[in-house]
Amino acid sequence: MKTEYKIIVDLIEEKTRVLDVGCDDGTLMESLKKNKNVDARGIEISKDKVQTCVSKGLTVIEGNAELDLKQFPNDSFDYVVLGQTLQAFVNPEIVIKELLRVGKKAIITIPNFGHWKVRLNLLIKGTMPITESLPNDWYNTPNIHMCTIKDFVKFSKIINFKIFKSLALTNKNISNINNSNLFYKNLFAELGIFLIEK
Amino acid sequence: MNIKENIKTLIIKKPLNLDCGKTINNYPLAYETYGSLNKNKDNAILVFHALTGDQFVTGINPITKKDGWWSYAVGPNKSIDTNKYFVICANVIGGCMGSYGPSHKNPDTNKIYGTDFPVITINDMVNAQVNLLDHFKIKKLFSVVGGSMGGMQVLQFISNYPDKASTVVPIACTSNHSAQNIAFNELGRQAIASDHNWSDGKYLSNNTLPDKGLSVARMAAHITYLSKKGLQEKFGRKLQERDALKFGFDADFQIESYLRYQGSVFVDRFDANSYLYITRAMDYFDLVKQFDGNLSNAFKKTKAKFFVISFTSDWLYPTQENKDIVIALNAIGADVGFVEIKSDKGHDSFLLDVPDFLKTLKNFLDKSYSER
Repeated sequence: MKTEYKIIVDLIEEKTRVLDVGCDDGTLMESLKKNKNVDARGIEISKDKVQTCVSKGLTVIEGNAELDLKQFPNDSFDYVVLGQTLQAFVNPEIVIKELLRVGKKAIITIPNFGHWKVRLNLLIKGTMPITESLPNDWYNTPNIHMCTIKDFVKFSKIINFKIFKSLALTNKNISNINNSNLFYKNLFAELGIFLIEK
Repeated sequence: MNIKENIKTLIIKKPLNLDCGKTINNYPLAYETYGSLNKNKDNAILVFHALTGDQFVTGINPITKKDGWWSYAVGPNKSIDTNKYFVICANVIGGCMGSYGPSHKNPDTNKIYGTDFPVITINDMVNAQVNLLDHFKIKKLFSVVGGSMGGMQVLQFISNYPDKASTVVPIACTSNHSAQNIAFNELGRQAIASDHNWSDGKYLSNNTLPDKGLSVARMAAHITYLSKKGLQEKFGRKLQERDALKFGFDADFQIESYLRYQGSVFVDRFDANSYLYITRAMDYFDLVKQFDGNLSNAFKKTKAKFFVISFTSDWLYPTQENKDIVIALNAIGADVGFVEIKSDKGHDSFLLDVPDFLKTLKNFLDKSYSER
């Protein structure tokens, strides 16, 4: 399983209610059910992946996070997970607010656009960066709102949510992000993982 | 309609108070079963049929000698695996395959009911069928499954009997009929009523049948079960056994011939008054109104696991209407999964060979059964 998923599983307390937004093939949900005994639900936009989830016995609805979070009442989940898709939404602010309305807490992971390879790519080549975690060209990428770890931390102050825990994933190593190491983490981490609250 | 002797029938002694205010008792409920009930009696699935379906879900229908209406989905190793599950299906009351309906005799007058038969609702149908659980001594069904009007019965069943099923699968259905749905049904009813032979519903006593009217009703309804794309691909403007237009009103086009055929075979197996009664039941169905405008309240008492399925090309009960059920369930934190299956086959997709649908239905049931 991806290190990212292991970190998310560690962040989630046992026997809670979790909504995985963009749950893909249900790998994370399965692990949460198995390791943390959670009541896991998923939303997934791809029909094929919804069918894969159903074959695994997972409760998933086909839908789009921007349209379908509306149907859930306030605080209906203990955690709402959004893995590496914040950058693909038309309005990330509304999505974060919805996540924090539906869930008491949210876990958001972002591919870090501040990573040195990305920066170097643009600096040297002068073209939009293409990396392992960002494999698309500028004209066919679903990622329309890329941000860096630093941008996300700034965003928390602009739209007013609390970052409860922030972790950096660098070469499969996990470390804490704080004010004093933000510059370095923003340069070297491939992924930022944030546990946030209203 | 001749009811053959090889139809299993349960006589329900318990009085049933109908929504129309009348009470029926000692009435027949015709049913069929497939597979076998296990020792714990926890492998039973109650399948509800759609408007023109009957209890003969799969195998050869002993009356029509044709494949059962859900042969693609129900049978050994199929989506609803009869090697594993005990499948029960009853003919709805108001129907014409042995259950109490307008072609039966009124015990008070000894005359065939016709339109004197009480108006039946989806609620009444479900309340009649729940008696089958007592008959088989089943405390809780593993699942209730049905498409179209069968899906409406699924929703009504779990609302009426929240503890009587572990899983709930409404397919290609709605929580209430739209004006367009009612309009199409009214078209069918008027086609029947305007057939001279219908005689205000007394045709059986007159030894005539409103075949023409019923056939037109079926033709109109059949169009609503298919998608524009599906029709275009299958028929387009292809001509029927001719090279050129005949400048007349014969069936020049294949689609005309196809619809006429669909209409003609339908009248052999279906009763015109039953068509009136059952379409009325569908039009009256409004689970939202039953719960004072809040569909969520219909499902508040159940802990069952729901799985809602719709089809991309179904314009009779479009995805959004199916999704409204999902939304109502999510609003109360119910356990609900949902998928829209891609298919060009329109509303009829659930009855046809649509592999993604059949696979998904099987996966949901088998996985839920193994985790029960």
